[in-house]
Amino acid sequence: MTIPLSCYLILSGILFMCGVLGFLIKRNIITIFMSIELMLNGVNLSFVAFAAQWHALSGQIFVFFVMVVAAAEAAVGLAIIIAVYRTRETLNVDQVNLLKL
Amino acid sequence: MHLILFLFFGGICVAGAVNLLVQRHPINSALSLVVVMASLAGEYLLLGAEFVAAIQVIVYAGAIMVLFIFTIMLLNAGEEERSKGSRIAILLGVPSVAIGGVLVAWTLLRHSNTPSVPMFALPGDPRVIARFLFRDFLLPFEVTSVLILIAIMGAVVLASKPESVARPSAAEPAQREARELVASGRER
Repeated sequence: MTIPLSCYLILSGILFMCGVLGFLIKRNIITIFMSIELMLNGVNLSFVAFAAQWHALSGQIFVFFVMVVAAAEAAVGLAIIIAVYRTRETLNVDQVNLLKL
Repeated sequence: MHLILFLFFGGICVAGAVNLLVQRHPINSALSLVVVMASLAGEYLLLGAEFVAAIQVIVYAGAIMVLFIFTIMLLNAGEEERSKGSRIAILLGVPSVAIGGVLVAWTLLRHSNTPSVPMFALPGDPRVIARFLFRDFLLPFEVTSVLILIAIMGAVVLASKPESVARPSAAEPAQREARELVASGRER
């Protein structure tokens, strides 16, 4: 009743690659942000899988910290998106090409 | 049984991730991301990480995704339109990401003589996690609380209306005079 570690790592890699692909091909800024969350989730899965393999709980603690940082990043990022939308009236990243608001 | 559950949750996970890429409307992408996170919580339970699974559902699928959906509805985001840039991105991005994924999978399978992970491999219940978190990782925990505080203040400042942020200062009339002087100078 065991599963090789590489299965978990491949699933984690698939999730990360889906995140990278979404980051590259999506044009909506909110969807791009969601792709970043998907990448973070893939990394979390490999953290937990390695923690289970080496019987080291610190991997799970790191997952906890990654989630906290992701929550902070989501709050600030969505606030930035709202500020950009208020000045540009668009969410398309092709039309947001100036750094200044 | 373990393998069946792993394949079940993993299949749902990958299907949700692909659906996130295929969907055009942001709200559909957000809902498929919720599916991905819920099935990842199942994977964490299979690995014995109960606390992480609970946090995954509460914080990720609960709080963060509610924030996303709230923003989508607040900004009234519609379907994304195809443009020249997106076509170039698809043409270049899909093959390069496929190459990267194949490389990662190939490397992992070449070194696949790693020991297997048994079901419920490690005790991940909240008591053990709390002992670790508040004894060995106390300083990072406190630093994280400062980070959260700064993030909250930053979000409030960024998302508030510009009028309420930029208070009328004493220097403003002088700036306006200078601007008018420059404008009149240009006219001349």
